[in-house]
Amino acid sequence: MTENNFFLKKIEISVSEAEKRTGRNAVNMQETYTAYLVETRSAERADSQSVLTDSLWRRYSEFELLRNYLLVCYPHIVVPPLPEKRAEFVWHKLSADNMDPDFVERRRIGLENFLLRVASHPVLCRDKIFYLFLTQEGNWKETVNETGFQLKADSRLKALNATFRVKNPDKRFTELKHYSDELQSVISHLLRVRARVADRLYGVYKVHGNYGRVFSEWSAIEKEMGDGLQSAGHHMDVYASSIDDILEDEEHYADQLKEYLFYAEALRAVCRKHELMQYDLETAAQDLASKKQQCEELATGTVRTFSLKGMTTKLFGQEAPEQREARIKVLEEQIGEGEQQLKSKNLEGREFVKNAWADIERFKEQKNRDLKEALISYAVMQISMCRKGIQVWTNAKECFSKM
Amino acid sequence: MPLGLRAAPPSAGLPKASSDSCSTGQRAGRAFPAARRPGEGLQPLAPPPSCSHLSRPLTLPHSPSPSRAARVPRGWSREGWAGGGAGGEQRPGTPSPDLLVARSFGDKDLILPNGGTPAGASSPASSSSLLNRLQLDDDIDGETRDLFVTVDDPKKHVCTMETYITYRITTKSTRAEFDLPEYSVRRRYQDFDWLRSKLEESQPTHLIPPLPEKFVVKGVVDRFSEEFVETRRKALDKFLKRITDHPVLSFNEHFNVFLTAKDLNAYRKQGMALLTRVGESVKHVTGGYKLRSRPLEFAAIGEYLDTFALKLGTIDRIAQRIIKEEIDYLVELREYGPVYSTWSALEGELAEPLEGVSACIGNCSAALEELTDDMTEDFLPVLREYILYSDSMKSVLKKRDQVQAEYEAKLEAVALRKEDRPKVPADVEKCQDRVECFNADLKADMERWQNNKRQDFRQLLMGLADKNIQYYEKCLMAWESIIPLLQEKQEGK
Repeated sequence: MTENNFFLKKIEISVSEAEKRTGRNAVNMQETYTAYLVETRSAERADSQSVLTDSLWRRYSEFELLRNYLLVCYPHIVVPPLPEKRAEFVWHKLSADNMDPDFVERRRIGLENFLLRVASHPVLCRDKIFYLFLTQEGNWKETVNETGFQLKADSRLKALNATFRVKNPDKRFTELKHYSDELQSVISHLLRVRARVADRLYGVYKVHGNYGRVFSEWSAIEKEMGDGLQSAGHHMDVYASSIDDILEDEEHYADQLKEYLFYAEALRAVCRKHELMQYDLETAAQDLASKKQQCEELATGTVRTFSLKGMTTKLFGQEAPEQREARIKVLEEQIGEGEQQLKSKNLEGREFVKNAWADIERFKEQKNRDLKEALISYAVMQISMCRKGIQVWTNAKECFSKM
Repeated sequence: MPLGLRAAPPSAGLPKASSDSCSTGQRAGRAFPAARRPGEGLQPLAPPPSCSHLSRPLTLPHSPSPSRAARVPRGWSREGWAGGGAGGEQRPGTPSPDLLVARSFGDKDLILPNGGTPAGASSPASSSSLLNRLQLDDDIDGETRDLFVTVDDPKKHVCTMETYITYRITTKSTRAEFDLPEYSVRRRYQDFDWLRSKLEESQPTHLIPPLPEKFVVKGVVDRFSEEFVETRRKALDKFLKRITDHPVLSFNEHFNVFLTAKDLNAYRKQGMALLTRVGESVKHVTGGYKLRSRPLEFAAIGEYLDTFALKLGTIDRIAQRIIKEEIDYLVELREYGPVYSTWSALEGELAEPLEGVSACIGNCSAALEELTDDMTEDFLPVLREYILYSDSMKSVLKKRDQVQAEYEAKLEAVALRKEDRPKVPADVEKCQDRVECFNADLKADMERWQNNKRQDFRQLLMGLADKNIQYYEKCLMAWESIIPLLQEKQEGK
């Protein structure tokens, strides 16, 4: 474990700042974007060198590129997701604007979280491109593209094909895929309802603010009751405005859930990759089997299945034995190759399953831990909201009691 | 409204002192029903005399009655005063107060909550604690109650012609006006309506508490729904309790009949014949007549009432809106909780924490529902009552203006002929008495109302705060209880 985390230990990472910028894009159009300051600091002060602080600016699209690269190069790993590109599942008071300072701030936290997750991952943290992302400002994009990772990316069509044609899917992966689907749907449902709950709660609190005004107006015509009403009105104002902070805090909880909503997609990517490999394996095996059959047919001269070759043989008579020998030889060579290939694919598949499963186990642990923590902090938030409510109403009650 | 939350002020110095000066007029008025009381409670009466028959009640020095009332032992003050203080005008055959006391103790102490303690002798503490529990309304004079009226047990009656609800009205009293210690009658809304108009008619100088609205304003509300009937029952109960607490109104003849008559309709029919006569005395010349000098304080009351009603209207709207928002919030919460349950079904280790959160949200929803129910049942009706109250008040103010207008008109007429007759005629003097009497009654009632209002709103708003505190406490408990569930699991790993 200590060895796995060495990277994070050596270097502290933070996304410390966000800045709005204007520039020209590829087609020379004016565009506004947000750049994020990524800072890295060597944590080991025992080193002979002084503390090294590196900082560089990255755009969201560069984070995206990094993640795509990781996704392709480490198909067996549940790659940490990026924060959402556009604000989703927000309640209506919250701006969905990409340039909104609150949104940018939450994204900054999300991006930092992403880097920390990658850096603490036992495999991903050793990646060279990731290291360069943190340390090399210029030419990083070119370096990434030079790795040719895009060529390794699987086409969507092929993946779709695999989904429907795999004959013997691994049960564990099927289940995992099913789980990811369900997780995604339940979390998105949860987020949607939570946004509505937040909306309504906001309404309840804000309408109380009207009491503040009317109590104060009413107090003007009352003699003995006046003071009590006036100060109770003040507490109602406090109550109404307290909801802003409460819901802002709650947004953090929503972000934690969102991360797992996107993790569900990452889980699915691993499953998809597995399906693809399984499909490859199955086609290779099928290919080999058919070649073996052909070879056997040629050797024994019997045609078990109806084929074009069978027809030509019947129509034009038998081939010369030399020709047949040659063809058998070719086939046998191909069979040998195929067997080799199948073997390696099998091996590769087993390796993939082993690695993927290890990472999935790691992910599950992380997920249970994280979500429990998120639930605790959610409960703590609710508790503090209740305490605030009790406090305000107790104060108001005291004012009322003096009337 | 929580019973017994508020301690009764046994020697409430504040309200008593304030009402002292004005109560003379009221007390004078109050003496009549007792003094003239015919033995047969059900017999229709001539309209009770209004204050105007008294000569200048305000100029009277402190009559012995109030001071005596103060000395009368607890539990019997009103009756003792009403029966004995009215100058020995008791009907022959009515037992003297002392006799009455003795008799009541003999057979009623278990029935009558307040009569159970012999006048201040044995345990005033227990009687006052009993009182505290029973006390729903204000006891401004610090007097002990001797009349208890409750409205309960609504029943639906379906006839061929109409369907209606009756309420049971139970009266317990030690007052001499009541032949029996306890009565139980059934009345419907229109009977209350009748009572109120009778009170308005016979006590034009007093502020008559409002009845709940005949029909609920917005939309078609099911008049026979349980909630509607219960809300109305509470309002009617409040209405009767307000009358019961009033030193004059509670002695009103019609009120007595309303509480005791087996067949109210018969009485009502008989009363119809007298209506013309009654109406005569109430009718006044008015219409566009401008008062020469409307006393400042009444003008101020009028202004106050306008603003007060306006503000209460706003509070009513806010409260309704809050309830609506809370109900919407509740709807969302009810969907929100179960999502955690759905999620928990997918998980292994997380199942329990998620289920916990789901249950917790469920508890919070239940607490919220309770809160909105309480607001609808307890908070809104009181606001409504006071909005209606301000209307009643305005109508009394208007009547007062009319009486004053009448007086001024007469005075003017006299002034024109003054040279001929130097003496102010008796009817003008009478008229002046009436104005003064009206003013005194109204001021006393206003003060009483102000006190009631202050108490009621203090209680109402404290109740509002309490309900919210309770709601948050329940939620707090729910959330606090799941924290160990979440933490324990984590440490266990």
